Amino acid sequence: MPVTVLIPTPLRQYTGKKESVVVEAKNVAEALQQLTSEYPDLRRHLFTDDGKLRNFVNVYLGDEDIRFLQKDQTPLNDKDVLSIVPSIAGGADLYCICK
Amino acid sequence: MALSIEQKTVDAIRQHGARDYPNECCGMLLGQADGDQKRVLEAVPLRNLRTVPAEAQKLLPLESPGRESERNRFLIDPREQIRVEKEARARGVDVVGYYHSHPDHPARPSNYDREHAWPWYSYVILSVTQGQPADLTGWVLTENRERFDPEPVEIL
Repeated sequence: MPVTVLIPTPLRQYTGKKESVVVEAKNVAEALQQLTSEYPDLRRHLFTDDGKLRNFVNVYLGDEDIRFLQKDQTPLNDKDVLSIVPSIAGGADLYCICK
Repeated sequence: MALSIEQKTVDAIRQHGARDYPNECCGMLLGQADGDQKRVLEAVPLRNLRTVPAEAQKLLPLESPGRESERNRFLIDPREQIRVEKEARARGVDVVGYYHSHPDHPARPSNYDREHAWPWYSYVILSVTQGQPADLTGWVLTENRERFDPEPVEIL
C-alpha cells in the first residue's frame, strides 16, 4: 500500500531534492528498503554497513516513534506518513587530546 | 561553503555554553541556505536530554554510561526538535545546523560527533574552558562520513 516518507533537509540532496517519497510497503522495514533501493545514496546515512538501521535515525509514524511501537516491523496502512527525523547527538572526546 | 552569523547570535551561543558548564549545551541554528552558503538568523537553545539519563538512554543508549554523561555528551529531544522545526518552517526559516559545547575540550569534532552527524547540516562547536567560552568553530560532515571539513564561520 502506498505510504509517504518525509525526507529531512540534510538527506534531500540524495532524493533529487524531493521533500517526500511515496513507496509501497506493508511495514516500516519494507518502506525503508523501498526508499533506499530507489535512492541508494541514502543507504549509508540510514543503515550501518551490516544493514541495520542506525540507532541515531528516528522514524516516526505520524507522531509516534516506531521504537515505542513495533520498531521496523510496525505495520503500515494506506496513506500512512513516515517521517525520518535526524537524531542530533554528539559530545567531546572521552580523553582530552588537547595540546 | 560558509556559514554567516551575527555577533549577537554568537554571543547568545557563548552565553549558553557558559551557563550550562560543566555540562554540554546544545541548540538549533535556524536560517536560510542558498547553495553552500548558509546564513544563521537565530540560535535556539535546547535542553540536553543527557541531563535526564532515563529518557536519553531509551532513545540513544550510551555505550559506557560510567564514562559518558551530560558533561561530554548531548542529545536533543526529538519531540522538541520536531516542534521547533515546525514552528520555524511556518515562519519561512529552515534548520541549517546545530551547535553544542565541549566543556574543557577543544572546539574540534570528536569521533562520537562524526559517528552521529548528518550531511549538509552545519555543526558549530564552542569550547568552554573553566566556565569561560573560548573558541567557536564550524564543521560539515563529508559525503563519505569519514571526516568533518572545517566550515568558515563569518561573523557579521
